[in-house]
Amino acid sequence: MAATEGPRFAASRRRSFTPRYPAWLTLPSMLYYAFFFLGPMAILAVFSVAKPGDTFGSVVYTVDWSQFASLWDPVYIKIFWHTLAMAAGGTLLTILVGYPIAYWISRYLTSYKTLALLLIVVPFWTSFLIRTYAWLIILDPQGYLARLVNSTGLTHNWNILFSGKAVGIGLVYNYLPLLILPVYASLERMDWTLVESATDLGATPLKAFRDVTLRLTLPGLVTGALLVFIPMTGEYVIPALLGGGNFVFVGTVIGDQFLGAVDWPFGAAMSLALIGVVAAFVAVYLVFATKEEQFGA
Amino acid sequence: MRRRLTAKRLFTGWAVLVYVFLYLPILVVVVYAFNANRDVTYWTGFTTGWFGRALDNQTYLPAVKTSVKIAFLNSIVATVLGTAAALALARMKKGWRVPFDVLVYLTLVVPEIVIAVASLIFFVQAHANLSIFPTLGWKTILLAHIVFNASVVTLIVRARFVGMGSGLEEASFDLGAGPIGTFRQVTLPRLYPAVVAGALLSFTFSFDDYVLSAFNAGGATQTWPMVIFAAVRFGVTPAINALATMMLGVTLVLILATGIVLRRGRGDVSGDGRGLGAALGLS
Repeated sequence: MAATEGPRFAASRRRSFTPRYPAWLTLPSMLYYAFFFLGPMAILAVFSVAKPGDTFGSVVYTVDWSQFASLWDPVYIKIFWHTLAMAAGGTLLTILVGYPIAYWISRYLTSYKTLALLLIVVPFWTSFLIRTYAWLIILDPQGYLARLVNSTGLTHNWNILFSGKAVGIGLVYNYLPLLILPVYASLERMDWTLVESATDLGATPLKAFRDVTLRLTLPGLVTGALLVFIPMTGEYVIPALLGGGNFVFVGTVIGDQFLGAVDWPFGAAMSLALIGVVAAFVAVYLVFATKEEQFGA
Repeated sequence: MRRRLTAKRLFTGWAVLVYVFLYLPILVVVVYAFNANRDVTYWTGFTTGWFGRALDNQTYLPAVKTSVKIAFLNSIVATVLGTAAALALARMKKGWRVPFDVLVYLTLVVPEIVIAVASLIFFVQAHANLSIFPTLGWKTILLAHIVFNASVVTLIVRARFVGMGSGLEEASFDLGAGPIGTFRQVTLPRLYPAVVAGALLSFTFSFDDYVLSAFNAGGATQTWPMVIFAAVRFGVTPAINALATMMLGVTLVLILATGIVLRRGRGDVSGDGRGLGAALGLS
């Protein structure tokens, strides 16, 4: 009965008219992007092969690849490496902190799920700079936390402010919800009975987690990791405030070329290099994502 | 059974720690807004004096006003651009959609600092060659903010629109309503939580932005995040905490109000009941 009715219903549906909003509705934002996004990107590329001029922000237009050549210097390679290592470490830490929370909300909460998620997001409605500045207060070497740590006797002058550790805390703190939300979404989509079957068939909880839960939530985890990793590589404010100038990211160096040192062409070349690095990671992700699709995960 | 209980306890313990981690900084900022001392690391006594001083400060309130002005205009333009694009994109043919999609994702993936310096170069050159183009100031900040936020609105509204399906619109067309009538009476009411969410998010992103603003402000304009950044680098007083605390209060009231508005709308616009969640960017 259903088998004969199904196709006929589908056919009548296909004949039915599907309303579509006109394509020109994209025109305003298309024009906006063309002017104020592609325009700046194009002129950035032009500047990267120009030579610095005499006055603020002026350049002599040529095709001069020396900016890129001078990027290939141990100093700058080290900064790029350092930034990527910090972003990778920050992403890993964010996963370690965030995955269990997403798991806890999805697995153990019932009626308070929305509230728990809301409480994750609400802090991010307060000023990002204020929240980062708060860590300056908390981590102050004369502050209460430092006194607490010193009183344990393990160390006497605990001071992680203006170091990689402080920057790491700032990174995890500011990017946590970007990881939790996609991981939570994939945990919610997962069929928990699969985990039950695995344990019923003799898998230890840890093995069931590794072979079932982790594998099924991998797409959400990878998406979250990328959402966190990419902006971390371009981070400017957190190293500036919590690194206290001792801890330089690629973004910091780019910013300095435009505010302090005033070598705009070099800053432009470095910006393009940063885009290249980010693009490489996105490309890897896209390959991964299409593979996932092929295997139907 | 016992093992499951232990696991649950472990996870709950971890969750409590993480919530403390999330809220401790905010608590610290609020507590030191009431500190009697100029210092923000020792607690010396209670005062409400910093609130008065924050409101009297010559730079704080004008900067907040500039930020509100930019965020408000940004939110309107980004919401209109993004919603229009999302409506067309959702049911567009793939060949047309993909290039636009790539553009939208690029605006989100290119690091903010890169967009900031590229916009700076662009605005300086545009003003030098075209006298009608504004010089660096709040207008260039606004122009730079809209790029990112239009993309955010596009993604949020499109996700909701695709999820809605086209059944009711088909019915509306079949019953004789035109495209404008259908949009007003069928599409918009159901899309409304996503549009409100997009508008609120783009307001927040703009209001909170430091990098795009700082590089495109020129010498004369200061936004609120720029004031905080400068203060943090050159010596804070609890007055900054006081103003931050007041703004936290305003934000919480706004969140609650939005939640109530969206909840009330649920009955008659057949929203999905996750209005507040959507407004906070949860879906």
